[in-house]
Order: sequence, then structure tokens, then C-alpha cells
Amino acid sequence: MTTDEILEKTKSFLAQFINVNVADDEELFASGLVNSLFAMQLVLFIEKEFSIKVENEDLDYDNFRTLNAIVGFIEKKI
Amino acid sequence: MTTESSPQKSEQKVKCVVWDLDNTLWDGVLLESDQVSLRDGVTDIIKTLDKRGILQSTASKNEYDHAMTQLKAFGLSEYFIYPQINWNSKAQNIETIARKINIGIDTFAFIDDQPFEREEVNFSQPDVLCIDAADIDKLLDMPEMNPRFITDDSSKRRLMYISDIERDNIEENFVGPKENFLATLNMVLTIAPAQEDDLKRAEELTVRTHQLNTTGDTYSYEELDHFRQSDQHILLVASLNDKYGTYGKIGLTLIECNEDVWTIKLLLMSCRVMSRGVGSVMINHLRNEARKNNVRLQAEFISNDRNRMMYMTYKFAHFKEKEKINDRVILENDLSQVQKFPEYLTVNIF
Repeated sequence: MTTDEILEKTKSFLAQFINVNVADDEELFASGLVNSLFAMQLVLFIEKEFSIKVENEDLDYDNFRTLNAIVGFIEKKI
Repeated sequence: MTTESSPQKSEQKVKCVVWDLDNTLWDGVLLESDQVSLRDGVTDIIKTLDKRGILQSTASKNEYDHAMTQLKAFGLSEYFIYPQINWNSKAQNIETIARKINIGIDTFAFIDDQPFEREEVNFSQPDVLCIDAADIDKLLDMPEMNPRFITDDSSKRRLMYISDIERDNIEENFVGPKENFLATLNMVLTIAPAQEDDLKRAEELTVRTHQLNTTGDTYSYEELDHFRQSDQHILLVASLNDKYGTYGKIGLTLIECNEDVWTIKLLLMSCRVMSRGVGSVMINHLRNEARKNNVRLQAEFISNDRNRMMYMTYKFAHFKEKEKINDRVILENDLSQVQKFPEYLTVNIF
């Protein structure tokens, strides 16, 4: 899977929760949009969509703070 | 210091009673005659359970409209949330109700006159308490049906779930991102130090809440009353309102205050407010307070099979694992990272 494909899939998932016009390096959670269900759904989405296991030690803010961070994290785990 | 006690572990309290209809709630079989009559004392039992904050639903093999019309005629339809009147297995229907209410199946009781139905439920859901309809005269005296405290929130519980159903329907049909939907609710979160009359509800929350609970430690009324007055502790209660009404008191936080470090011993939220962002707002408030008081902020977490979401809430709010003592993880917050409160909700702090 290419980086762009991962990026597109992640973007369309995020669009269900936040306004889509976020830049790839914009802080997703700076606006306080951190709720447990969203975080949980994001992790479950990543696990299912890309068939990877997100361990407790992976649940680091830095892995999820921007779209680029999420994509980088997924690429590292695939 | 924390003393752990679990007064109710041995005797699981029932949170939802699921009634069969034919020959259980009423005498007779609806499909065979239109002349069914309520069983003696049933109305009183239903109303009493409702006042105790025990939710009720029905799993009945009948035609939906027909049975609902009959329940309305008896003035009882409003007492049943997510009624499952269909031809599916009752075990499956009870699972559906549990999923929709979002409480554990082990907090359910099921009343039916037919041994077949009770056994079928028991077979796939051994944690459901199955009760023979012949024994309902003893129902109200069963210890499982007697919560330790009955609070304002318990007697309003059904109405609060009905507002939830209304909200969920609107949410399901809302087009656009979730954040925009949340903004339409006009939510107001109030965070205040626990008062004496909050304590019963606070104890109830520690006993009832498993999913959105960081440690699972339960505290008695007396312990909570001590923390409330202690200089070394802060005990906060959160309540939430929105345009559909009140969710009641839905959150509890216990902080132990030492000279240079505050430790969140317990952070819990009722699962009714899942996805409202309340836990994160509470943490954000504590981070602000810690900065103001010039102390470090730590939190304890004990993992169970249901509370991974709270671990994520901590991790996404800039907590990092520091050490592990047996199964208790100690996390420490990076207070240099500043987060705003979300714009979709108003926060009142007392």
C-alpha cells in the first residue's frame, strides 16, 4: 500500500468526526477534540483497516497527533 | 490512602429486568385471545423497580404493534426501554437490549413463565439471572433488586435513557462530522467539589461503572465522605446537561494531593456520556489546576478487559507511563503541552 493510499483512507475515516480541511501536519487534537470514543474508534479503524495490532506502548500521543504522524505510524507497523 | 473495599462484589445488583409478556406480565396469550389481564401486583412491581433506578424492558414472542398496543392500554409501555417484541431467541434479544443500553449482560435479570425460555437464556448467557414468573411476588425483596442507595439520579434513570434514545436517533440521522453534531446539543459540563448529598451517587458510580473507569477501585460512602473533607484529597463531581435535559451526575474524580505531586486515584464517567468528550475535559481541567498549583500530575491506571478507552484518554491527554507496581500503572503528565477545552461544550467550574 502506498503512503497516499494510507493517507486517503485515514482522511476519509477522520472526516466522520472532524472537518476534513485539516492540513497533513496540522495538530488534530489541539482543538480539544480528544474524546475516548473517537480515540478508540481511530485505533480500531487502524487495526482493522491495515491489519495491525496497536499495543499499549504504541498508544502514544506522538503517533496520532497529525495525519502525517498517523500515516507514519501505520507504515512503521505494516 | 486508598483502602479498597468492594461491598457489593459478591452480590451483583440487577440494573435491568427483562419481562416476558404472555403468562408472565399478563395472564393469557395475546395471540390466542384479546382478553388478557394483568397479573396481580405487576404494576406495583414495575413502578417500584423503576423508582429504585432499575431499568426494564421486554423480550416477548409476539407481534410488535399488537403487544405494544396492549402495553399502552395497561399504561405500562413507557416503562420498557428498547422493547424486543419479535420471533428471535430471547437470549439474542437480551443481548440486543444490553448492547443498546450499554451495560453488562451480567447485570440483567429475565422473568419468564416457560422453563424452555429460561434455559435457553441461561445456556447462552449464564450470567443473566433467570426468574420463574411464578416467583414474582418475592421479586422486590430479592437482594439483587435492592440497590444500596436510591438517589435522585436512580429514580430519574429511565427518563434519562429515554432522552438518550431521542439524542441517538437524531445523532444517527445527522449528516456531517460528529463535532458539528455535538455542537448542536448545547452541552454544559459542571465540575464541582463533592458535597455531602453527592456521596450516595458518588458511591453508586464507583460500584456501577466499569468501562469508563481508570482503576475499578470502589469506595464506600464513609471513605468518600472522608476524602471530601480531607486536606490531602480533592473529590470532584461532574454533571452534564444539554438541550434534551440532564444526564445527571455522571463523573467522579479523586485526587490525592502531596506537596509536589497530585495523583488521580480514580477517574470515572458513566457510559451514558461516552463520546461526549467529558473525560478529556476533566483531565484538561486537572492539568490546568496542577499548573496553577505548581505540582506534577500523575495518574493511576489498572487495566481490566473493558477499560482500554480510559487508558487511551490518558495517553491522548499527554500522560506517559512512568512505572508499574503490580497491576497498577503510574502515568505522569507532560504539562508543557497545552490543550484547549473543546468548543462544542461549555464548562462551568466551581
